[in-house]
Amino acid sequence: MGSTPPGEWLAVAERVVALAMAAGATEAEALVSADDAQLTRFANSEIHQNVAETSVGCNLRFVVGKRIGVASTGRLHDDGLRRLVERAGAIARHVEELEDWAGLPEPAGPILDLPAAFATGTASSSPEERAAGARAVIAAADAAGVTAYGSFATTTERLAVANSRDVRAAGERTWSQLITVSMGPDGGTGYAESAAVDATAIDAAALGREAAAKARATAAARPIEPGDYPVVLEEYAVVDLLDMLGYLGFSALAVQEERSFVEIGKRVGSDLVTIWDDGADPAGLPMAFDYEGLAKRRVSLIDHGVCRGLVYDAQTAARAGVHSTGHGLPAPNPYGPFPLNMLMAPGTTPRDELIGGLDRGLLVTRFHYTNPVHPKLAIVTGMTRDGTFLVEGGRIVAPVRNLRFTQSYLEAIAGVSAVASERRTLKGFLGGVVVPAVRIDAFTFTGATEH
Amino acid sequence: MRELTDRALDTAARRGATYADVRIVRRLDESISVKSGRLEGASSGESEGFGVRVLVDGAWGFAASHRLETPEIDRVAAEAVRIARASATALRRAVALDDRPAAHGTYETPVAEDPFTVPLEAKIGDLLAADAAMNRVKGLAYTESMYAAQREWKTFAASDGSFTEQTITHVGSAVEANAVDGDEHQRRSYPDNGGGWQAAGYEHVRRLDLLGNAEAYADEAVALLSAPQCPPGRRTIVLDPSQLYMQIHESCGHPTELDRVFGTEASYAGTSFLTTDKLESGFRYGSDLVTIVADATAAGGMGTFGWDDEGVAAQSVPLIREGILAGYLTSRETAPRIGRRSGGAMRADGWNRIPLIRMTNINLLPVAGMSLDDIVADTDDGLYLAQCRSWSIDDRRLNFQFATEVAYEIKGGRKGRLLKNPTYTGITYELWRSCDAVGDASSYRMLGTPNCGKGEPGQAGHIGHAVSGARFRNVQVGVLD
Repeated sequence: MGSTPPGEWLAVAERVVALAMAAGATEAEALVSADDAQLTRFANSEIHQNVAETSVGCNLRFVVGKRIGVASTGRLHDDGLRRLVERAGAIARHVEELEDWAGLPEPAGPILDLPAAFATGTASSSPEERAAGARAVIAAADAAGVTAYGSFATTTERLAVANSRDVRAAGERTWSQLITVSMGPDGGTGYAESAAVDATAIDAAALGREAAAKARATAAARPIEPGDYPVVLEEYAVVDLLDMLGYLGFSALAVQEERSFVEIGKRVGSDLVTIWDDGADPAGLPMAFDYEGLAKRRVSLIDHGVCRGLVYDAQTAARAGVHSTGHGLPAPNPYGPFPLNMLMAPGTTPRDELIGGLDRGLLVTRFHYTNPVHPKLAIVTGMTRDGTFLVEGGRIVAPVRNLRFTQSYLEAIAGVSAVASERRTLKGFLGGVVVPAVRIDAFTFTGATEH
Repeated sequence: MRELTDRALDTAARRGATYADVRIVRRLDESISVKSGRLEGASSGESEGFGVRVLVDGAWGFAASHRLETPEIDRVAAEAVRIARASATALRRAVALDDRPAAHGTYETPVAEDPFTVPLEAKIGDLLAADAAMNRVKGLAYTESMYAAQREWKTFAASDGSFTEQTITHVGSAVEANAVDGDEHQRRSYPDNGGGWQAAGYEHVRRLDLLGNAEAYADEAVALLSAPQCPPGRRTIVLDPSQLYMQIHESCGHPTELDRVFGTEASYAGTSFLTTDKLESGFRYGSDLVTIVADATAAGGMGTFGWDDEGVAAQSVPLIREGILAGYLTSRETAPRIGRRSGGAMRADGWNRIPLIRMTNINLLPVAGMSLDDIVADTDDGLYLAQCRSWSIDDRRLNFQFATEVAYEIKGGRKGRLLKNPTYTGITYELWRSCDAVGDASSYRMLGTPNCGKGEPGQAGHIGHAVSGARFRNVQVGVLD
């Protein structure tokens, strides 16, 4: 059943809409999401967890006038759907009116066919192939005398949306991700990651070598005083900048609730920083339409350092008097729309030359456990992890112990002084992210740890 | 149910599994959110499915499906075996499980007032009333109030003959007042940052008395806008239960997970500084006042159950005894490696996830002698920090930084003026060694977090923490510019 084609899930969605309308809804929307997901996990250079699931869920928005009830179910047999409609209907009849409810969205432009969003190499991935990927990473670790940890995930997502205003959308997409942490015998750790639509495009051995080499290079890291340092952030750390800025600022709801830093036309980054969201870009993990069944539009978020746009779903767009950009999440959704396909423009500096611009600074591989301290100023705290190095005279001179930072991400992007010409595709908090490494003139480290 | 579980176990055995277990889980949940006096949304969810976990050639495999039908059970059990065989191609240590008596029986969360039968309009009305109370305060930007409940029916069966059925009910409700002035955003929330959850029925929501507390918290949110910044420095801090539970969660709960210690979470959440040599050497984690247990039998805790998801009976396990590392959160696979029996801490987030070592109820036991008020009265110069606002800790659980919603200055044994934007930071064992007072039972209460993330694919854990409040000396307090 997991391989049920999207068109058949659309039929289920249409049936649920019809059931809701027959039960008294004035509008209805059904979202069916069916996943086949597998993940092979390894630690201590062996596979220790290895899982697969076939799952499905149906979300129903049952609207009576301006009253909206939301219910979901994973039970798609007759009784399950009947209960779904009953539960959503009961909620809709008991809740108050949403005064500015603009109605469910109407069809808004064609939904692109995105062949680049789907790869058979992921959809047909076998446990044996994932195990082979894990073994390739482990072999690279063995060769370097370090220990491998990580996971290799493959997912096929099928999504179908129907509503009573003739929105119809159905499609399938795939994504795969391999991450690995290497640990050396003397305390060094390293990290590597790749995400792709096609699992067979991921070079597991190369990632294993990258992480293993870094674990070797970080052996016997020495302490360093916290303080302000210029930094080069590898792509794995830059993902966190985009994710956090997306979470804190780029959603129209965040602006409407006055908790976002975004003001259209305001400069927040250096000229070198351009960020946008594009579900159609094959460099990322493409997605043709959102969870309201609307085509995803390309949205410029920051253009050469200046705030240019926001992502909208149907409700926030109606409040603002604009069209949805196709960034709705499944209801109920207190977070509002979200940019799921962010990309950052590459620069002109070869990646390997970024540290050449540091007289004395730090090279940071990735961040760990970041959390906003002051959301509106995008001040975030977190730790460095899996490869932090002191750079002097443009050269790495020593690995250093991990540091805590407390840093405004807005000030960080304002301080970007170089952007790498190469980019990586990675899996962010919620979606695919395409990012280059960057150099930042000042980054505030506020504490240190023991490793 | 027995027919379905037998089918899964038989299929797994026929395919070559030396051990198998199966969980069939149905979950019902509902949530209501109110924002600034307006019902923002109400929703109801239902899911159902099963997961089969097998050992083949000493390696694990797991497969799950939402379709509770015989052919699908056969397919999924066979798939789990195939996956385990693939795991065995990269295996260095064959899995060995500890012995435990076969589990049989039923367990149900004690519930006085079933939250799923309380009329929806009554629950909405309670939230709107609390929200209105907050909005009587002038100067708020927005308010949020939430209610949520979850019930899980779980059947577990294993190839050793175990068969248990459990019904677990969790419920939570909370209010939050937000005040904004330019870039300054202050909030106060009650009863805790996690949403006021317990294992209980709607009687817990009534006991919380959101309506009676809402206005005072809203007042403080507004007052914080004009409060002075909390000054930096080495300070004495007293942590209210609403902050202390998160300190325990991050700096004691997670590092005592034995799977982390053994590195099996290294690629995602990280490892732990509490390596097993520290158990043997009697590592001093905290002061003599610090005794922390993992108690899956504690009343009202979201980590309370009859059996864990490996069929190990609920129990109370000492983690820190009078400041000394005494144990870990363990599973049937990990416990034998330190010469112990499973402490029953394997928990899965629904039918489609494998059980992982998770916190149960990680409780800092109260210490007779001083109430929380006595501790404040005994503090000449310090800060009283309440309600977690932001948290971060390194991948070995050593360097932490927390922000709280509010600090109250303590001068001469009295709580005084409000200070805004407090943060504090340190190294886990240094903080706990500096603990020189733990509150007595009068302020001991069960709190919890419903969204503890762990594992790949990700799982959200429901964790309980009972605490009474505590004092720590010479802690680095920092302040935003």
